[in-house]
Amino acid sequence: MKPKGFEYLRAHSVEQALDSLASNGDDAKIISGGNSLMAMLNFRLLEPKVLIDISRLEALSGIEYKGDYLEVGAAATQAQLQAWPGLAERMPLLALAVPHIGHFQTRSKGTVCGSIAHSDPSSELPLCLALLGGSVVLRSKRGEKVLKAADFQLGMLSTACADDEMVVAVRFPVKRQGAGYAFTEVARRKGDFAIIAIAAEAVGGTIRLGIGGVADKPAVREWSDLATDALDDKLNELAWELGGNDDIHASAKYRRQLVRRLGREVIETAQENGVAVKETN
Amino acid sequence: MSQPIENQKQQVNFTLNGREVGGSAEPRKLLSDFLRQEMALTGVHVSCEHGICGCCTVRIDGKAVRACLTLAVQVDGRRVDTVESLAHAGELSDLQKAFRKHHGLQCGYCTPGILMSVEAFLEISPKPNEEEIRDMLGGHICRCTGYTGMVRAIKEVVEQRNEPVPLIEV
Ligand code: FES
Ligand code: FES
Repeated sequence: MKPKGFEYLRAHSVEQALDSLASNGDDAKIISGGNSLMAMLNFRLLEPKVLIDISRLEALSGIEYKGDYLEVGAAATQAQLQAWPGLAERMPLLALAVPHIGHFQTRSKGTVCGSIAHSDPSSELPLCLALLGGSVVLRSKRGEKVLKAADFQLGMLSTACADDEMVVAVRFPVKRQGAGYAFTEVARRKGDFAIIAIAAEAVGGTIRLGIGGVADKPAVREWSDLATDALDDKLNELAWELGGNDDIHASAKYRRQLVRRLGREVIETAQENGVAVKETN
Repeated sequence: MSQPIENQKQQVNFTLNGREVGGSAEPRKLLSDFLRQEMALTGVHVSCEHGICGCCTVRIDGKAVRACLTLAVQVDGRRVDTVESLAHAGELSDLQKAFRKHHGLQCGYCTPGILMSVEAFLEISPKPNEEEIRDMLGGHICRCTGYTGMVRAIKEVVEQRNEPVPLIEV
């Protein structure tokens, strides 16, 4: 329950962090909030030789509205995102999802990008990023690149971030015109790992549904102009496709039923929210 | 022979419960252990050591955080407050008194963390409703009390702290 020894480097600039990554590669880990990483170090699931702390980098601590998307820097906390003034209006899905991330006492330190980089399949932010079709900004000594969520998220705790790269920001697309959003989650205790997390966006006749916590990464489906009874079939198909397992928290059958029942509920709520948006416009 | 770099202690200077302190810690030293072992603040309790139970909660620059998920070297230059900062000259704080009065604790193992959380929370939300209080308490595990006494204690403190001050000295 104590980490193995490592060298600690408090980065004074992004360049310094990238230099260290370039020379240490796989032996180095970036730490910012540390909520997930420290737990893994304490369990000795990870034994890096160097820990590069980026939590004090001013250059990465911002949350910036850029018209089409909200850009969140790698040192910005989940609490900072929750307190961002335009959240409910411009980023309704995030406003619904963020209160489910851990607890008041963990959002204070946990970062938005850390959650994306950690890529736990039951985490809320990777699900939101996937559903909204957001992207991840990666930087290394070789340069900067921007990956779509779908190209970044590879599987359970696994991403396309190379050993010498770090996530410097994530971009969440802002609310689409006339769209409604909904989010729900089932966990043993609010804030604990989700048995299932579901997000939906409804705009016009198109529905986007995202499911976290069942497969090894967030799964997103888009359906247009479905007949009412066709939705149940689609949800059933999806429930089987996700291939959820039996484990201590829930049976595979229960998970499939959650996809079918809550999936429909979340879609309907998103549609209602979309209508409400139209009426107030 | 010099030690491998990962075992070399680093200097950590910070403000602890209002006092400037300094110490040295190996990089791998958890803040919770550092506060208990080097700073002799055993009010910082440790249980799960992976962020689940909340009993190690302290305040760093005012924010409630898990000390078991923080390295001692990370608080260099920061302000850290532990449960030991609450009582003054042997007199319990209003929050501590309310916890005692309403049976907000039994064995007391979870209590230091919860008190620090509540203080941070009330700074951000000075007038929370019961649902918000319960939501915040959700970040802590207490195996004794069932939380009801804590909710009552916190509500009482909220009321006391928000009471209008008298216009005339009485
Ligand atoms: S000991 Fe830190 S959260 Fe349990
Ligand atoms: S009082 Fe015993 S664990 Fe909370």
